[in-house]
Amino acid sequence: MLRIRSRADEPPGEEGARVNTEVRPTAPAVVRRAGGLRIARLRDLALVPAILGMMVVGWIVSPAFLSWTNLQNVLQQQSEISLLVLAEALVLLCGRMDLSLESTFGLAPGVAAWLVLAPGVAHGLGWLSGGWAVPLTLAVGLVIGVVNGLLIVRFQLNGFIVTLGMLIVLRGLLTGISGGKTFFNLPSSMIYLGNAVWLGLPASIWICLILYAVAIVVAGYTKFGRSLYAIGGNADAARAAGIRVNRVLFTTLVVAGLLAALGGLLLTGRLASVAASQGSGAIFTVFAAAVIGGVSLSGGRGTIFGAFTGILLLYLIQNVLTLAGVPAQWIGALNGAIILVALIISRITSGQAQN
Amino acid sequence: MSTDAGAAAGGDGGRARALPVAAAHGVTKRFGVTVALDDVSLAVRPGEIHALVGRNGAGKSTLVSLLTGLLAPDDGEVTFGDDPAPPISDREAWRRRVACVYQKSTVIPSLSVAENVFLNRQDSRRGLIAWTSVRRRARELLQGWDVDVDVEQPAEKLTVEQRQLVEIARALSHGSRFIILDEPTAQLDGQAIERLFERMRVLRDQGVTFLFISHHLEEVYEVCDTVTVLRDARHVVTAPVTELSETDLVAAMTGEATGLITASSDRTAPQDTAVPALQVSELGLPGLYHDVSFEVRRGEIVGLAGAGGSGKMAVAESVVGLRRPITGTVEIAGNRPRPGSVPAALAAGVGFVPQDRHRQGLVPALSIAENVTMTIPDRLGRYGFIGPRRRAAVGAQAIDDLTIKASGPEQPVSALSGGNQQKVVMARALAGEPTALVLLQPTAGVDVKAKETLLAAAEDAARRGAGVLIVSDDLDDLRQCDRVVVMFKGSVAEERPSGWRDHDLIAAMEGISE
Repeated sequence: MLRIRSRADEPPGEEGARVNTEVRPTAPAVVRRAGGLRIARLRDLALVPAILGMMVVGWIVSPAFLSWTNLQNVLQQQSEISLLVLAEALVLLCGRMDLSLESTFGLAPGVAAWLVLAPGVAHGLGWLSGGWAVPLTLAVGLVIGVVNGLLIVRFQLNGFIVTLGMLIVLRGLLTGISGGKTFFNLPSSMIYLGNAVWLGLPASIWICLILYAVAIVVAGYTKFGRSLYAIGGNADAARAAGIRVNRVLFTTLVVAGLLAALGGLLLTGRLASVAASQGSGAIFTVFAAAVIGGVSLSGGRGTIFGAFTGILLLYLIQNVLTLAGVPAQWIGALNGAIILVALIISRITSGQAQN
Repeated sequence: MSTDAGAAAGGDGGRARALPVAAAHGVTKRFGVTVALDDVSLAVRPGEIHALVGRNGAGKSTLVSLLTGLLAPDDGEVTFGDDPAPPISDREAWRRRVACVYQKSTVIPSLSVAENVFLNRQDSRRGLIAWTSVRRRARELLQGWDVDVDVEQPAEKLTVEQRQLVEIARALSHGSRFIILDEPTAQLDGQAIERLFERMRVLRDQGVTFLFISHHLEEVYEVCDTVTVLRDARHVVTAPVTELSETDLVAAMTGEATGLITASSDRTAPQDTAVPALQVSELGLPGLYHDVSFEVRRGEIVGLAGAGGSGKMAVAESVVGLRRPITGTVEIAGNRPRPGSVPAALAAGVGFVPQDRHRQGLVPALSIAENVTMTIPDRLGRYGFIGPRRRAAVGAQAIDDLTIKASGPEQPVSALSGGNQQKVVMARALAGEPTALVLLQPTAGVDVKAKETLLAAAEDAARRGAGVLIVSDDLDDLRQCDRVVVMFKGSVAEERPSGWRDHDLIAAMEGISE
């Protein structure tokens, strides 16, 4: 073990009256194993008190709130959009934004339905059999991710504007192929994931929880995941550390497209249809959930678990409002207000400035 | 990693002294029409601390970019020991040979110190990062080099000094025994600089080689063995520091420009009016400075000097309203503008050149005329309207007065060179005919000629009755001052009339009282 011993026996400088600095650092670093970890975890859990508080409020408003059926409902309702939040959180971590996710959410199952449905009742081409629907949905998500990646990473276009353009184009495509109507009579393979019950819980809840668990592990414990933080925190430093910045960004955008398509598939299954407006406007909730959950819009900060608590909190509040009998006409205004209030709550509980 | 250190040190020591650790052989680098390096050679011998000095624009940073593989030379080559430089794309190979600690932080602020040290090479077990092991290795590494920081805190919590040490330790852990320090002392205070030098000496004794870049010549004499001087993109001299006197070194750096900026005598003595142009009384901002008092009379030029961390910038920023002092007062010609408000300071008659022209000084996409007149819209027209003709006239006047090289007042500022951009910032400061002109690092990053023009403009303002406060790290900026107020650790240490010697002023800035 080679240890450097710094001593204060410096050679006399040009001027005799140098300050005699004792160079040796004081005591060696105190070994603190759990300390830092605990603080990091605490920041992760910033929204948990808010969620618990919301549960108490919900219980006061209506005893039905804490029933297993109701909680399961909340979990299922947020499971589809939570995949969008997951996708957005990954993109945000590496310092980018993807607005087009909400259109992918509608277009991916829409294209699948269009290609497999028989012409007649709805706008369908009937080119492929129903078994292709799920692979098709995911393939559309993948292709959209690749296009985003090419435009943003390869051609170095501004990601915000590119995905804004994609948002509009993709929404327009869905309106075009559906004729502005809703696809229904979907093949059973498309309905399955959104309806199935595995081990007593809806499959979409399982999928949501499993994907979040996987993402938490990837973001926290793999080189790929850590490179997201590095790129978002300081792209030049990441490049200097040998991280293939462009490749990671590209992969992240493709994964985000895939997750959005899967989310869309889950919602399609639950509703047994694809409306031309599926996912429209969802991106605002998605961004709000990510920021409430502590993911920074400028990149490099936040956790996947935080993003999950963000979307969960939003849906719990909505559920409580519904149980409290708030008229449907007021839900829109309240949704906006909820986002603002949730932002304030998370600002208070996390103690960090949001940017 | 520490066994590596021993092996490398032994290997280097055993090898012939003649073989340089890193060398540039006749390298040339052009950027468009500008020649940034012209046939420059440099050889850094093992186990030495080699200083690289030169004025702004001499080519130091381009040479560093070539030596660290960020740029490839147009001509000539870079070698490490016996080997030619690895291809630019092979970052890993470059990292094993050379590491650079830049002035700008290369850590990722939100990640922990441990993670920054082992970024992209974390220990993993079955594909998952073993955090315990990463933290343990980081702790061992840093303790091995006697760097005392908590590896679990986020890197943004580190002080500049700690960050540099972490970056040095990280470089050593890559196996590199050649480290470039790019102006490492610029943001450190006197004691931290001493600690850094002591550590450099200790590492040198263990076989680590340094290339040390600094603007401060006394540091070169204190810690370096050899010095190389660049001037105007060319190599001027390489010599052991013991064989090069300070005068010769300055001559080598400045060439014929030596003594270009001298205290001028044609300015009349400051007017002794009852009310000074700027009066600072017992100003204090906890953590930055306290009890700062001085005055600048009309027609007087006062310098404000101090080492990094002395609080001189914070004081100046408080005068112009960029910061809000907690105690004390700032009076501009007898008026007290609201503290912490730039508009109030401007209205009271302050004109200023901010420290960072890119961030606070200019709107790059706008024209020269628009930038110059940004602070004086009221003089260009009435009721909030701006007269384009009058604005163009003010812009043209500025181009004339400060000899800005531009096609006309409508040219966007982004198309100008650094020196000319700084002249635009100066013109903006002068546009309001200020009573108190506050200049923060007015000549940072500009060439000698532009520097002369900028300082002449300041002097001209004084001649017309403004009180001028120059805050600068560059002693050349302070030569024409009637007085220099020296700050040390947040308070005024002493005041020197013009005619001071460099040595004395630096001693005062470093807190070494005689």
